[in-house]
Amino acid sequence: MSSVPSTPERPLQAAGPVLELQGIDLSFGGIHALHGIDLSVAAGEIRAIIGPNGAGKSSLVNVISGLYRPSRGQVWLGGQPYAHVPTARLAQLGVARTFQNLALFRGLSVRDNIALGRVEHTRSTVAEQLLGIGRARREWVDARERAAEVIDFFGLGEIQQRLAGTLSYGQQKRVELARALVARPQLLLLDEPLAGMTVSEKGHMAQLIRAARDRWGTTIVLIEHDIGIVLGLSDRVAVLDYGRKIADGTPAEVSADPAVIDAYLGVAHEGDEPDVPASELPLAEAA
Amino acid sequence: MEAFDFSFFVEVLIGGLLSGVMYSLVAIGFVLIYKTSGVLNFAQGAQLLFAALTFVSLTERGVPIVLALLITFVVMLLLGLLIERAVLRPLVNQPPITLFMATLGLSYVIEGVAQLLWGTQVHELKLGIADEPLEFAGVLVSSFDLFAAGTAAVMVALLSAFFRYTHIGLGFRAVADDTFAALAVGLRLPRIWAAVWAAAGVIALVAGLLWGARLGVQFSLSLVVLKALPVLVLGGFDSILGAIVGGLIVGALEKLAEVYLGPFVGGGIEGWFAYVAALAFLLVKPGGLFGQRLVERA
Amino acid sequence: MNTAVTSSTTVSRRLVTLPDLSRWPVWGTPLAGLIVAYGLVPWLASDYWFDAILTPFLALSLAAVGLNLLTGYAGQLSLGSAAFMAVGAFAAYNFNLRVPGLPLLVSVVLAGLVATLVGVAFGLPSLRLRGFYLAVSTLAAQFFVQWALTKFGWFSNDNASGVIDAPRLVVAGLAFDTPVLRYVFALSIVSVLTALVWRLVHTPTGHHFIAIRDNELAARVTGVPVLRTKLLAFAISSFVIGVAGVLWGFVYLRTVEPAGFNLDRSFQILFIIIIGGLATIRGAFLGAALIVVFPLLLSRLGQFLFGAWFDSGVLDLSQRIVLGLAIVGFLIAEPQGLVALWTRIQARIQRLLARRTQAPARALP
Repeated sequence: MSSVPSTPERPLQAAGPVLELQGIDLSFGGIHALHGIDLSVAAGEIRAIIGPNGAGKSSLVNVISGLYRPSRGQVWLGGQPYAHVPTARLAQLGVARTFQNLALFRGLSVRDNIALGRVEHTRSTVAEQLLGIGRARREWVDARERAAEVIDFFGLGEIQQRLAGTLSYGQQKRVELARALVARPQLLLLDEPLAGMTVSEKGHMAQLIRAARDRWGTTIVLIEHDIGIVLGLSDRVAVLDYGRKIADGTPAEVSADPAVIDAYLGVAHEGDEPDVPASELPLAEAA
Repeated sequence: MEAFDFSFFVEVLIGGLLSGVMYSLVAIGFVLIYKTSGVLNFAQGAQLLFAALTFVSLTERGVPIVLALLITFVVMLLLGLLIERAVLRPLVNQPPITLFMATLGLSYVIEGVAQLLWGTQVHELKLGIADEPLEFAGVLVSSFDLFAAGTAAVMVALLSAFFRYTHIGLGFRAVADDTFAALAVGLRLPRIWAAVWAAAGVIALVAGLLWGARLGVQFSLSLVVLKALPVLVLGGFDSILGAIVGGLIVGALEKLAEVYLGPFVGGGIEGWFAYVAALAFLLVKPGGLFGQRLVERA
Repeated sequence: MNTAVTSSTTVSRRLVTLPDLSRWPVWGTPLAGLIVAYGLVPWLASDYWFDAILTPFLALSLAAVGLNLLTGYAGQLSLGSAAFMAVGAFAAYNFNLRVPGLPLLVSVVLAGLVATLVGVAFGLPSLRLRGFYLAVSTLAAQFFVQWALTKFGWFSNDNASGVIDAPRLVVAGLAFDTPVLRYVFALSIVSVLTALVWRLVHTPTGHHFIAIRDNELAARVTGVPVLRTKLLAFAISSFVIGVAGVLWGFVYLRTVEPAGFNLDRSFQILFIIIIGGLATIRGAFLGAALIVVFPLLLSRLGQFLFGAWFDSGVLDLSQRIVLGLAIVGFLIAEPQGLVALWTRIQARIQRLLARRTQAPARALP
């Protein structure tokens, strides 16, 4: 893996956060999912959002990617405020995301799935594509090269011709991440990127995430359940509980925060499933 | 310009509303199945035809009406269960388009079998209800239409009560709301689905008899069901109230359009007006009047 | 292949070295098909075959290719294909009739464009939505178009019976007047359009179609212009189906009337792509072949088994039943359709051939 970081497509803002949430409130169907969330994400950092089940983590990512419209508050992306992030323009804004339940295009090969991540840069018309001339040709070559770079990075070379629907779960997760990265996004939202993986797969994936940030300078926001790995991976962590942010800081600060410990351990919340095995309690980790 | 004949307008309107009630009945059959299993059952029309044909063939052979009704009822029940078990269950994890296409194939099979068994001639369906024009405040209303609408309305009321107050009805709603939660609570899905399809079969029976009596029992009966689709668009695919209101609107609009707009374009617009109206409606209110809002979930 | 070595073995068989057929190129089958279609069939087939089997097969295949683009690749269900075929046929007729001196091929292209416009007009309100709304829209198109074409005599040149004769097929002075030539005319148009569609499916735009089908939300989030892409699929599909309609009326039936473009026809095209295999180009042809040949086979079989009772009425009904069963059966057991069976057979043959060509080497001591 090359250790020389290549610069992202759009130059990073020298100052100012890549993403900022101000007073985000979200309600739907009688459920008040998020209360007044403030969050800021600095350029190039790996920011984790953790919290017990039902804390609102997925809702938050959906708000950031424009799938949910917050009832109050603003999302600042690239210095621009949005009451409702335009999902169709996410790629244009330099934002990419993955999905918890895998959102691959099962009918396309791995390589085509990944190359599709470059769609934002498509300017050629259908006619040009049909004839394979001009812009279409350049874009085709460009997409292939970018895809090859990312495929190489993720070690997907051997399976790149296979249909995405035929891969194992872990492989699919990597392909989805690769597709998100091929566009060299400024901001990458990862929705439970480690879910459903074995311990070794998780470690490998975490390494890939960190390496991707190091190589391409992408700012990463990720939600995860596996606190142990996340605390080791992230630069800063925000903790949600019942739709509110209860802690925000470095992994060390957060894992020592009594409020956080309470949220996971102590006071029995109705309907909570204890999803944190004892060995992975924040207390057990020395940050 | 002649004066606007208000009583005629009301006549047409009421006639439309009455046929609209019958559309509602068919539409409810769709909603039932769609709500609980996400399948748009194209075979509903074929089931309608099958019910009407069975009943008519039995009565023509001298079977007394009540017995014929009973036999047809049992047949439709069995047919519904057979469909659920043989076709829907193997396809349970497929995308909605696949299931829809399967019901399309199914409709071909049912139509073919029905006509192979009972013949292709047009049958007259006599339910013993006279079709006389009744007069209310200067407005003429067909007594048959009234009876049909009344029966359909009773069915609708019974179904609504069923959903609200009975055990199985609650089970239907639970499955429709959240299949996984229903499973978690211990509701047995196959049973519920079987019951749903049986109920749809019964609706097909009632609707089949009513429509058959109105139009005569013939192959085109199965196309009546296609009219239910604009109703669903208007009312929302998953709302019973929407099916009722949508059916009324479609029935009324159709008749009015045929009478008032028809002459300008040579008539026959009843065949497509409901669809185009639904299309226009889609531009304004995509989710239907009562359909659940299309919430995008990740 | 090492024939030289074997001559020294006790097995003194003359070995035939087969070409390495274990790797059959992608363009192999289409090329073979074209060679057979252009090179063999015109000499071998009878007039009956051209008029009654091959030309309808070609027209339906093209319609299926068009519908497959929309429904198989882009995942948008359309139930109104026959209406767009009708639009194509009537538009071509009217262009040819009313614009003196307009070349036939130009009429055909213009007819396709008219079909596109009509398609977009009906599809636009529903393309923004998911679910069955497009199905309802296309049904609207189906009923409306049939009604309009019947109601307004202008479309049929105010012909009393409403049925019009197709014009002669003349391209650049060459008249395609005989069954063979008509077949070649249709074959050429079908080949060109099929090649274009095949190419389209392998471009980024084609990939966008598949992306929208497989996960519309992810496609949108990744930046695929969803509405525009769906519209494009609908437009191109309608064009191809419109041209198929021209072929159906001008080349096969030699008459143009609305009745033949009814709801059953729309379903027939849909059944073709389901049976043939969704999202495949070959599937359209395999499915069409089956659908065209199937009634004939069934009729023979039925008469053989049931004698005189198996009249045309019974044939129609049994067709319906068998077709319906086939649809349900394919959807349950083989959703990839005939193409999957074909691929399996191909793979088996390849394995067999590979083993044959390598067996001699293994027999060596």
